[in-house]
Amino acid sequence: MSVQDFALAAEVAARRRWGATAALLALVVLLLVLSLGIGPVRLSPLAVIEALFGGGSDVAQVIVREIRLPRTILAFAIGGILGLSGAALQGLLRNPLASPSLFGAPQSAAFGAVLVIALGLADVRSYALPVVAIITAFGSVFALLAIAGRNAGLLILILAGLAISSFAGAATALVMNLSSNPFVVLEIAFWLLGSLEDRSFQHVALALPFIIAGAAILLSQASAFRALTLGEEAAQSLGVDVGRLRLFVITGVALGVGGAVAVTGTIGFIGLVAPHLMRPLIGHDPARLLVPSALTGSALLLAADIAVRIIPSTSDIKVGVLTSIIGVPFFLYLIMRERRALGGGAA
Amino acid sequence: MTLLSATGLDASLGNRKVLRDVSLSLAAGHLVALVGPNGAGKTTLLRALAGLIPSDGEIRIGGDALASLALRERAKRFAYLPQGHMVHWPLPARDIVALGRYPHGATDPARLSPRDMEAVLRAMQAVDVTAFSDRRVTELSGGERSRVALARVLAVEAPVILADEPTASLDPRHQIDVMQKLRNVADTGVLVIVVTHDLGLAARFADHVLVLSEGRLAAQGAPDAALSESVLASVFRVSAYRAEFQREAVIVPWADV
Repeated sequence: MSVQDFALAAEVAARRRWGATAALLALVVLLLVLSLGIGPVRLSPLAVIEALFGGGSDVAQVIVREIRLPRTILAFAIGGILGLSGAALQGLLRNPLASPSLFGAPQSAAFGAVLVIALGLADVRSYALPVVAIITAFGSVFALLAIAGRNAGLLILILAGLAISSFAGAATALVMNLSSNPFVVLEIAFWLLGSLEDRSFQHVALALPFIIAGAAILLSQASAFRALTLGEEAAQSLGVDVGRLRLFVITGVALGVGGAVAVTGTIGFIGLVAPHLMRPLIGHDPARLLVPSALTGSALLLAADIAVRIIPSTSDIKVGVLTSIIGVPFFLYLIMRERRALGGGAA
Repeated sequence: MTLLSATGLDASLGNRKVLRDVSLSLAAGHLVALVGPNGAGKTTLLRALAGLIPSDGEIRIGGDALASLALRERAKRFAYLPQGHMVHWPLPARDIVALGRYPHGATDPARLSPRDMEAVLRAMQAVDVTAFSDRRVTELSGGERSRVALARVLAVEAPVILADEPTASLDPRHQIDVMQKLRNVADTGVLVIVVTHDLGLAARFADHVLVLSEGRLAAQGAPDAALSESVLASVFRVSAYRAEFQREAVIVPWADV
């Protein structure tokens, strides 16, 4: 074996990964166009593209550019940051069951947002909402990692996550319980289900800066996740500042999830599912999984948001409900697959 | 010539003092065996020497105080092999070995410079793992995996290698192979410190033995001096059968039952 063989093997693997990523990108673009075309007025992909670039009828332009574009952008960005957060947490913890929703991050962010709404502290469209949501999301992930300790196993992480999300849920319920205005309560209840409906560019402006900042932080740590494959000690001996890395990941996840939850409510399980769908195609390298997982998250949320618009039903199905309905059985499947590790290796 | 030295080293884990006043001075090109009963502080000493945990006292490496070196610089000087050869994701062996180039700025195994690629290849050849470079580490046998872990450490091309029980859970042949590989590396001028419970391997392969007992250095020196009858009795509570086989020292620990 020579250096040439070596370079060749690396190139073949890289080409396969690029192929998979390119296909994924094409799928996301297709879903973007479909998402812009679907609604009470159905538009063909060509009409969508025409309207997007300022052609076609005025009505089509208003529908595509003002009504559907914000929703589509949010689905793309929020799905992406959720997939990315899941991949980053799995990389940090070397654990295929790590994800924001299992750790209670969206639930905690929702609690923060609900507190702001219920107390009437700020307008629903002010930056107070995402900022408070980000702070509570940060608190929850930080608490989880502190409770779980440095080399936590699956079981501890999941139990701690369960406790934190239950606590966030209870705190949210308490706020609703104490709220004297029934309309506010109803509004909160619906908002908690998670939806992308009727979102405007104001919402995009509210969430996007935080999502982009969170994504940039997580992506900047990519290679450290790869070194962590060898465990925290070995990674540290290779020059990775593990303490700082943890703080970066918690911050990145909190910024992304907090920003997302503030405008759409809780949308769960995309972060858990996306990296798993990519492993058979991309491999297990946690650094390489980040971007494909983000794209998969985008594709999943875009598809779910298209689905809630075309599934016939008497009232609206919320997209957050749909992702959980699909995500939870997948989670159960993963638990089954990881049974041995969860059982403490006794099996 | 001294490459790595420690003076008055103290270290604690939580409230428990694990290392007390350890002073040592080790030379390049030596294979040093670090032995001691369970809980003596061997792993802690290894971690402290690499700067992976905080410690009091002074550590000097190649003329520099360890405390003055940035994380990246430490990573280039110490190659650290933790216990257990843990690999959390099923990556191909080649990618694992390539992580050894991480301290040199080669963070992506798919984009190694020719220099890094040569270092990786050299390391893989030295421990004979090129044959399964594309196989996932998690699918390898224990012996193969330990060699991949060793290759990863060699790929750093650091002046000091710290290996924590690299022979644990290996069959006798693989234990000897691993020690021989480390011996070869030491002979190229690298300081290799190996934690081991096998006094026989220590006696056979090491130039220098450190005996740690309850956080203190109970003895150090050439194998036959450091592993003397009185040290074995007081530190390990064993005696030993000693012999010579094919002109090499043999020690078999013995306790009456």
